[in-house]
Amino acid sequence: MTTHAPVGEVATTSVARLDPVAIRADFPIFDRDFGGRRLAYLDSAATALKPRVVIDAVDAYNSRYSANVHRGIYTIGEEATAAYEGARTAVARFINAPDRHEIVFVRNATEAINLVAYTWGRQHIHSGDTIVLTELEHHSNLVPWQLLAQERDADLEFVPIDDEGRLLQATYEALLRTKPRLVAFTHVSNGLGTINPVREMVEAAHAAGAMVLVDGAQAVPHLPVDVQALGCDFYVFSGHKTLGPTGSGALWARRELLESMPPFMAGGEMIREVHLRRTEFNDVPWKFEAGTPDIAAAIGLGAAVEYLEGIGMAAVREHERELVAYALDLLPQEVPDLKLYGPLSPDERGGVVTFNLPAVHAHDVATLLDREAIAVRAGHHCTQPLHERLGEAATARASFNVYSDHEDVERLASALARVQRIFDRPTGGTA
Amino acid sequence: MDDLYRDEILEHYRHPHNFGTLTEPDVVQEGSNPLCGDRITLMLDIGEDGVIHDVAFTGRGCAISQASASMLTDEIRGKPLADLTRLGRQDILDNLGIEISPARLKCAMLSLETLRKGVGDRVTWPSLPEAQDVPA
Repeated sequence: MTTHAPVGEVATTSVARLDPVAIRADFPIFDRDFGGRRLAYLDSAATALKPRVVIDAVDAYNSRYSANVHRGIYTIGEEATAAYEGARTAVARFINAPDRHEIVFVRNATEAINLVAYTWGRQHIHSGDTIVLTELEHHSNLVPWQLLAQERDADLEFVPIDDEGRLLQATYEALLRTKPRLVAFTHVSNGLGTINPVREMVEAAHAAGAMVLVDGAQAVPHLPVDVQALGCDFYVFSGHKTLGPTGSGALWARRELLESMPPFMAGGEMIREVHLRRTEFNDVPWKFEAGTPDIAAAIGLGAAVEYLEGIGMAAVREHERELVAYALDLLPQEVPDLKLYGPLSPDERGGVVTFNLPAVHAHDVATLLDREAIAVRAGHHCTQPLHERLGEAATARASFNVYSDHEDVERLASALARVQRIFDRPTGGTA
Repeated sequence: MDDLYRDEILEHYRHPHNFGTLTEPDVVQEGSNPLCGDRITLMLDIGEDGVIHDVAFTGRGCAISQASASMLTDEIRGKPLADLTRLGRQDILDNLGIEISPARLKCAMLSLETLRKGVGDRVTWPSLPEAQDVPA
């Protein structure tokens, strides 16, 4: 039986405690008054709030050196290029990629996965091949593979989950015996918070001859990620969930792998030499960055990962683990019939708590919580197949980040209790 | 928080009016918001005089969608089909009597949109502005 210990866990005694109150001072959005209340933002799984340093980095680019990259032989052109490439180096360091040439800037994890599906995928997936996915996957790590499988007449297989939302490893091993070409799965489930045993699953996939893509959208912002230690072939994440600007994200893959892949989008920037009838492509990673990139967003992402490095990802993980433990304990106390989804142990889950109130639709919950400046997500969280497996049309989801604290959890719990009371209150046929 | 979901909405949600089925309906129309799981099945008995003699619905989903459906069935019972074309977004919102955010508009409008689909070929509808496309 494989372990579920997340890679990069550090003994809690040696981790400095993060101070969410001090951290909130770094985020201007908390200065905004929401009906006399501070925003309790519990939807970081959708996108993260932005610290002042990130906003300033974007602002500085736009106001002081907003030139294009890789072309201008003038001061601000060189400044823009240095900042953009400096951000690439920072991102490589953040996930312990050995070489900054292995970081491709994209708009988000979705684009990164599509990039792999359209390039490596179309190069290597043929009729009769199998791609192994899981029931946990976000639509972005499912639909691109559906399109590829349809186009190439390939098969999709899915690792199922148990009732706590953990992958059935025995089934995974059985599926690997079909010799899939590719295994693609999430590091941390955005729907249930499950932390998957990435290193072990990668080893098993490689032993079976498969390539591995890992969706790190809910991992990189919340726990230490070391792509070398994980050993996968492709790793993707979204910058905007990592305190970075919208429009930022990255694909990591080994240099030789990127060099072997055909281009994705074509045009300026990704070329070395262009003639009327033939073109030589640029080196990696620029081969995969066609046209003018979202320069400001990439620079902002560089500032974001540096900000997080200043806090320390082990501290971030411990902070969120503790908040999840608190929430898993407090929520059922305040709303006795509350239904919780996902692993029961805080050690096996990221900072995501998905739940339902008995007889109250998640949308109504979210609307009422909004009245108290509490932001939760309601719906299927881009995981319709997972929700079918759960047998629920919709769930509510609270997710944590560096700026979340005990007070957020307490506000959530008591607000949920009030929502339940509203829906329980007698109305005596007033209609 | 307490004033948002009025007693009337909760009452319609808990004990929806006209909830059930008709034995030989002239119109049976399903509608759903797949993104959030709201669904409605509307049934109508329409007389030769073009009047809605009986109406029933079944469904499940959020309080806004179900209460809205319940209230709409009350409103259309006994009405001539031709009158239905006057029903629009504002009538739905007036029935509910509370602020509906753009993200919840789809929930509120599900019943009216289902009704329009159901009787679509029997009357001429003015075009209905689309509820904002907001993924759940």
